[in-house]
Amino acid sequence: MSAGKLLQHDLTERGISFFTNGQTEMVTGTDRVTGGKLADGREATADLVVVAIGIRPDTDLARTAGLDVNRGIVVGDNMGTTDPDIFAVGECAEHRGQCVGLVAPIWDMARVCAHHLAGGDAMLYAAQATATRLKITGIDVYSAGQLAAGEDEDEIVLRDRRRGAYRKLVMRGGQVIGTVLYGNVTDGDWYFDTIKRGTDVSDIADRMILGRAATQAVDVATPLDIAAMPDDTQICGCNGVCKGAIVDTIKARGLTTYDEVKAHTKASASCGTCAPLVREVLAATLGIEVAGPTVPTVCKCTACTHEEVRAAIVSQSLKTQDAVRQAMGWTTSGGCASCRPALNYYVLCAWPGEYQDESRSRFINERVHANIQKDGTYSVIPRMWGGTTTAVELAAIANVATKYDIAEVKVTGGQRLALYGVKKQDLPAVWGELNDAGLVSGHAYGKALRTVKTCVGLEWCRFGTQDSTTLGKRRERMTWGNWTPHEFKMAVSGCPRNCAEATIKDFGVVCVDSGYELLVAGNGGIVLGGTDRLCTVATEDEVLEYAAAYMQLYREEARYLDRTAPWVERVGIEYVRSRLIDDAHGRRALHQRFLFAQSFFQDAPWAERAKQGVDASEFQPLAARN
Amino acid sequence: MSVTTLDWVQVCRLDDILPLGARVLPAAKGEIAIFRCSDDSVFAVRNRCPHKHGPLSEGIVHGHKIACPLHNWVIDLETGEAAAPDIGCMPKLPVRVEDGVVWLGMVAA
Repeated sequence: MSAGKLLQHDLTERGISFFTNGQTEMVTGTDRVTGGKLADGREATADLVVVAIGIRPDTDLARTAGLDVNRGIVVGDNMGTTDPDIFAVGECAEHRGQCVGLVAPIWDMARVCAHHLAGGDAMLYAAQATATRLKITGIDVYSAGQLAAGEDEDEIVLRDRRRGAYRKLVMRGGQVIGTVLYGNVTDGDWYFDTIKRGTDVSDIADRMILGRAATQAVDVATPLDIAAMPDDTQICGCNGVCKGAIVDTIKARGLTTYDEVKAHTKASASCGTCAPLVREVLAATLGIEVAGPTVPTVCKCTACTHEEVRAAIVSQSLKTQDAVRQAMGWTTSGGCASCRPALNYYVLCAWPGEYQDESRSRFINERVHANIQKDGTYSVIPRMWGGTTTAVELAAIANVATKYDIAEVKVTGGQRLALYGVKKQDLPAVWGELNDAGLVSGHAYGKALRTVKTCVGLEWCRFGTQDSTTLGKRRERMTWGNWTPHEFKMAVSGCPRNCAEATIKDFGVVCVDSGYELLVAGNGGIVLGGTDRLCTVATEDEVLEYAAAYMQLYREEARYLDRTAPWVERVGIEYVRSRLIDDAHGRRALHQRFLFAQSFFQDAPWAERAKQGVDASEFQPLAARN
Repeated sequence: MSVTTLDWVQVCRLDDILPLGARVLPAAKGEIAIFRCSDDSVFAVRNRCPHKHGPLSEGIVHGHKIACPLHNWVIDLETGEAAAPDIGCMPKLPVRVEDGVVWLGMVAA
């Protein structure tokens, strides 16, 4: 199907009927029009008849003046007619057999004509390829240059009927001389640019019909052409920011850095996946190179990087946040909402048992051990070891949900039951009742060990190779309460069918007949990424040692708010292997440091608040005064 | 000429608010958040972020500013205005601390 046929098809679906190859014989009706009749007998009813036959130059005056006239007034390359004192430009002019009805070439003609009228003789008109775009909602048609191949020319055509797409390139030698696009026209400007420049595309001719992206996949040196990108192209999906909005904001506010663009437009401010694209838009708008990401500083209070701060905390025995801020030359006395949680974590990680955790430097969720929701209520998620529960626990959850009028009970992705819509002042009482049934904080709110997801494994499953549930519980018992740079999720699958989805976890285990495959740095979040394989071990105890050592390495070396996936991507899986596999002594030391920290972290945050009055004022509103 | 009269009411003692903490005061026109900064200065604003109405009382206090717990907008407690480039402001209430008691100026009915 040609582009014309596709267009006809799509327009017919929109309720427009076509009568092609017909000659109108008569318009019917007596007082007013009722329809039309074609010579071959086809008829159509009508309330209105519009006659349109395209542009035909009005050449009577020229003809009368004795000028040569074909379809239009014949002009030469200088826009002169056959009478040297008369020039013609525009739709009435016929240059080398062509009449044009577009604005761009007429400007060119006018320029040449003016040049000659002013006495010049150097400038000559040469017809340039032109591009046109049909604007009908939902239908995109783009054409440029020569639309059909002549002798010694070739056509390359791609038809995708199911998707209603068509593209044609007209080639002469190694050059593109024309194109017709239907459906997806995003490459139109690129093809047109190639046509105008007469670029030799021999090297990419075989892929060219597939579009710019296909040629770039091989030729990575070609930069993405931001300028050719339409203004309504969405750059940031999270915040719905398109290219035009970014460019306008950069110009209106005189922005020159990526951080400014992010702050003002919110583009890339949520998940950050589009940050490189935002940088490119900034570079294209300013016409300069924009520096790529550098090693980030902790926050705007300091010029120090996370690594420098962490190293100093250990080497200079800095054991309070104030000590860090003084030693490292912080520009603010008390830090900010970005660096306080980071420093709190860094000092806590370096000096477990010595550093007094500052709850005021923790995000609300970690401060009150529940997750704040959009309406200011909280969710409460008790720990269910390895995703298992009991009738007693379920009854306690049901009782609490009824008693405190909890709006929703939901099974989470981490195999837990979550209670949503708990009022802040009810939190201590809710926890108290859950504690009484043996349920403890699930740390579902923290930059901490979250969950260990398991399948039923050998005990029930006919495919199970090891006791994955028990292993999951053991890992959770070892690691709960642990604070990490960002949330840390684990899983154990009992066989390679991987029902526990261990291959997208921070630390996953897939059981096999011969033992346990250890997998690290997967992520099911913003950027989906499978795990890297660390090694295979033979016993559960080895799994626990490696898991603790890996977690401790991450705790000691990653930047605050780094998940394991970007951290391992930065340092390299080989580095992690060298620390955990090649250096057995170092691995055992990491394991020991992890267990030492755990001797302080495995407290019961809910119990302290429910029964011991910790942070009591946090949960009570003041008495109203009116 | 209209004259606005303030009724000064005692809301709590300074010690009732943890340093770098906040307390919530229920009020007829909506909750009021009362913050205690590291220098023991006290500020009161409506407990509703201009962005998506997050409860500011739950945010992190730093300097004389509060970071909203929902999307990290930063509100200047001295002016009630959002830090640039975000745009928005919060009604701010007059507060004074005398002999360890926090007083709030409410517009007389």
